[in-house]
Amino acid sequence: MKDDVTSRDDRVANLKGMGCSRKRVEDARFTQGKGNYVDDIKLDGMLFGDFVRSPYAHARITSVNTAPALDVPGVLAVLTAKDLEPLGLHWMPTLAGDKQMVLADGKVLFQGQEVAFVVAEDRYAAADGIDAVEVEYEELPVIVNPFEALQSDTVLREDLVAEDGSLPDGAHGPRKHANHIFTWEAGDKGPTEEVIANADIVAEETMYYHRTHPCPLETCGCVASMDKVNGKLTLYGTFQAPHAIRTVVSLISGIEEHNIRVISPDIGGGFGNKVGAYPGYVCSVVASIVTGKPVKWIEDRMDNLMTTAFARDYHMTGKISATPDGKITGLQCHVTADHGGFDACADPTKFPAGFMNICTGSYDIPTAYLAVDGVYTNKAPGGVSYRCSFRVTEAVYFIERMIEVLAIKLDMDAAELRRINFIKKEQFPYTAALGWEYDSGDYHTAWDKALKAVDYDGLRAEQAQRVADFKAGKTRTLMGIGLSFFTEIVGAGPVKNCDILGLGMFDSCEIRIHPTGSAIARLGTISQGQGHATTFAQILASEIGLPADSITIEEGDTDTAPYGLGTYGSRSTPVAGAATAMAGRKIRAKAQMIAAYLLEVHDDDVEFDVDRFAVKGAPERFKTMKDIAFAAYNQAIPGIEPGLEAVSYYDPPNMTYPFGAYVCVMDIDVDTGVTDIRRFYALDDCGTRINPMIIEGQVHGGLTEALAVALGQEIAYDEMGNVKTGTLMDFFLPTAWEVPNYETDFTVTPSPHHPIGAKGVGESPHVGGVPCFSNAVQDAFRPFGNTHTNMPHDHWRIWKTANDLGLHG
Amino acid sequence: MAKKMHITLTVNGKEEEFLAEPRELLIYTLRERLNYTGAHIGCETSHCGACTVTIDGKSVKACTMFVAQADGADITTIEGIGGPDNLHPLQTAFKEHHGLQCGYCTPGMITRAAKLLEENPNPTEEEIRFGMAGNICRCTGYQNIVKSIQAAAVEMNAPKEAAE
Repeated sequence: MKDDVTSRDDRVANLKGMGCSRKRVEDARFTQGKGNYVDDIKLDGMLFGDFVRSPYAHARITSVNTAPALDVPGVLAVLTAKDLEPLGLHWMPTLAGDKQMVLADGKVLFQGQEVAFVVAEDRYAAADGIDAVEVEYEELPVIVNPFEALQSDTVLREDLVAEDGSLPDGAHGPRKHANHIFTWEAGDKGPTEEVIANADIVAEETMYYHRTHPCPLETCGCVASMDKVNGKLTLYGTFQAPHAIRTVVSLISGIEEHNIRVISPDIGGGFGNKVGAYPGYVCSVVASIVTGKPVKWIEDRMDNLMTTAFARDYHMTGKISATPDGKITGLQCHVTADHGGFDACADPTKFPAGFMNICTGSYDIPTAYLAVDGVYTNKAPGGVSYRCSFRVTEAVYFIERMIEVLAIKLDMDAAELRRINFIKKEQFPYTAALGWEYDSGDYHTAWDKALKAVDYDGLRAEQAQRVADFKAGKTRTLMGIGLSFFTEIVGAGPVKNCDILGLGMFDSCEIRIHPTGSAIARLGTISQGQGHATTFAQILASEIGLPADSITIEEGDTDTAPYGLGTYGSRSTPVAGAATAMAGRKIRAKAQMIAAYLLEVHDDDVEFDVDRFAVKGAPERFKTMKDIAFAAYNQAIPGIEPGLEAVSYYDPPNMTYPFGAYVCVMDIDVDTGVTDIRRFYALDDCGTRINPMIIEGQVHGGLTEALAVALGQEIAYDEMGNVKTGTLMDFFLPTAWEVPNYETDFTVTPSPHHPIGAKGVGESPHVGGVPCFSNAVQDAFRPFGNTHTNMPHDHWRIWKTANDLGLHG
Repeated sequence: MAKKMHITLTVNGKEEEFLAEPRELLIYTLRERLNYTGAHIGCETSHCGACTVTIDGKSVKACTMFVAQADGADITTIEGIGGPDNLHPLQTAFKEHHGLQCGYCTPGMITRAAKLLEENPNPTEEEIRFGMAGNICRCTGYQNIVKSIQAAAVEMNAPKEAAE
């Protein structure tokens, strides 16, 4: 081992540590069809459960007759609310402090709501059983508009009204109406109103951020297996937070937590859809306990789009004030948030509107006020963060639209308006008017780099020519230049203010080094495609000096992984990545003592160098981490325990604040409304970059989901509460044909408080992408008097915008 | 319950014979009866392509075909495209060019791409994008999928060019 012939650069390269585009270790099994997703799980005697669902959006249930279903061959049991009631499981707590029916308890509140659970020998028998269950409904008035809900005499949630008709407080304080859930405020109301009332320039806008859905390619599902002999419940499922699911299952079922093993196997995309707890999980567990056999439940696509975890549905009004030369002085935002029939939003407990109070964006706005009113309607519950930290996409869309509207009011270039209002590099750490402390940023550098890369001035000149040509009748195509500059707030979060159901949002990593110098590390997070097994090994390789290829990363089995809050809100790298680095440093600290002993020098006289500890000033005297691992297990070292292991639970001191600058160039056919994305440039600053290849892949994917949301994807309801977009025929998922090639770029502003300076990136492109695509559409019509039109900008809506502006002659 | 039918299939070169209800969808036959779990279910309406297999030389979405319709067919799934000892160039290229993330669409994607390259060994980017439009990916944004298929095409054409 002393024969050190390789260069330092070779030794660094050999580690495949941070900063290199290491190929993914996950890919071998996925490319060969050997992934193990929940629907691939097959257990002896496994049964299949599925739901009878309500065709009505609001109705009383007068009777449920399960007897005919029990006569269907292969059907073993049918569960209704009456069966769950003695167990106290007919309702369950939601993540937002509300409660939700597991199975319809006397009434239904949205189309597709779970009414009965049929358990059968296979999925075909279950389907036959569902057909045979007889349910009688008495229709009630349907409310799908939250503003109507707040005026209506129709009470959606009778369970939340006291017998004397009064309204007990909800989980987030007083309620103004039977269909009102909460009012949540941030900032200073009085001063903000005063600033805006006295301002020279005020721009106002009303916008609707439509309801949509994360729609991962794999739907939600689980397999519950109750081992009655040993009293152990194993629950496999598509869980983005397996430990939290274990705790929730324990709390609501009464099974002790050590007797519950939750396993998230390979997950086919999550994007927020798989954070919550759904009736299917509860019913599968109960059915397994009742039948003594494993029970599988898998959503079909309609179930998925109609019932589990919608996103957005924010009606937003804003006022933004400025001086005549464009310096922003104040911002006011009100949101009417449509939460559906139950408040099942997945947010940290103290944040019923998530981090919507990041809506001052990347700008130095001295005064601001935000109020959010949550409202019940006859729509599905959910309110998850679809590829963003909690409600950040809504916040960034809001401010990036308000900036554009203000630019129109000021008759100013929107890029310049952004530039003069950015928080300056020297202002960080910066405390925003709505309370957050931004950790670091260099917005001007990123913005200048982006505008230069796309030749912004050249684009504006081309656009002006296009407008002239259009007016002269030489073309029927307009050109839009979409801008967005976003600041994300991710890595929830500091336990002092972030918890879910009382569980602090720290995360964890446990490392065990094997005697021959390889290792296994387990984390409290769970990959859904982000490539954790690849990137976390890279962090460790750099921290402990063993090659990433010699480090196995394991997640998702609560019997073996340390407790953590899971993967969503771009929290894996900021929180679990930090835990990984810190656990690695504990390993290194012990390794230093071992190395010093082996080299017969004082602990302080050795220093870490890539993959070894060497004597200071005598680099030829060293012990590699491999040597040290072997010694840790095989040599009696006075005062040092055998073994080389560490665990770290990391409670982040602050959130991290990735940011980015995006530009979209779009051609729009005025007569058909068809859009053609000619160019998309995305500059992301996610702090220290762990794996550039994976970052680029995340950006491509996030932008494509942004394209979908901005240009066509929605969960739409008719007045009867029927879901109009319940299949992939109607719910827009872009194909290779619609999606452009993206140009990616970056700057690096490390997070000052994160052990490796990383900030998280997976959701940034979605957060920044949605306003960028939308702004491109709006910008194309700006010369003709457009200030704002609502998303999704599908062909019909764009055609209508053109028509309303009189562009069709 | 309908009367069961006698079905014969060849899957990845192996003959299979069994009784099945005619309403059984081919994807369940492959995944649950024959344990080829590589092809996945994403929509059950023929939109997403996660269930793509090759049947008698054509790309088919197995979620909307009854097993009864497939009686006598010759079927190739991802498991028949290549394995640890004989990786298909597409399997290598998808890893090399980061053409996948969660992996759920990947078996269908590679199975479809293999057919595409068989039919058109030198596709343009536009032909790849058009030829792959029946397979949805929610993670990658397609850019690296296109790159992977282009790289595999180059790799697969290299021996031919060398021989010429």
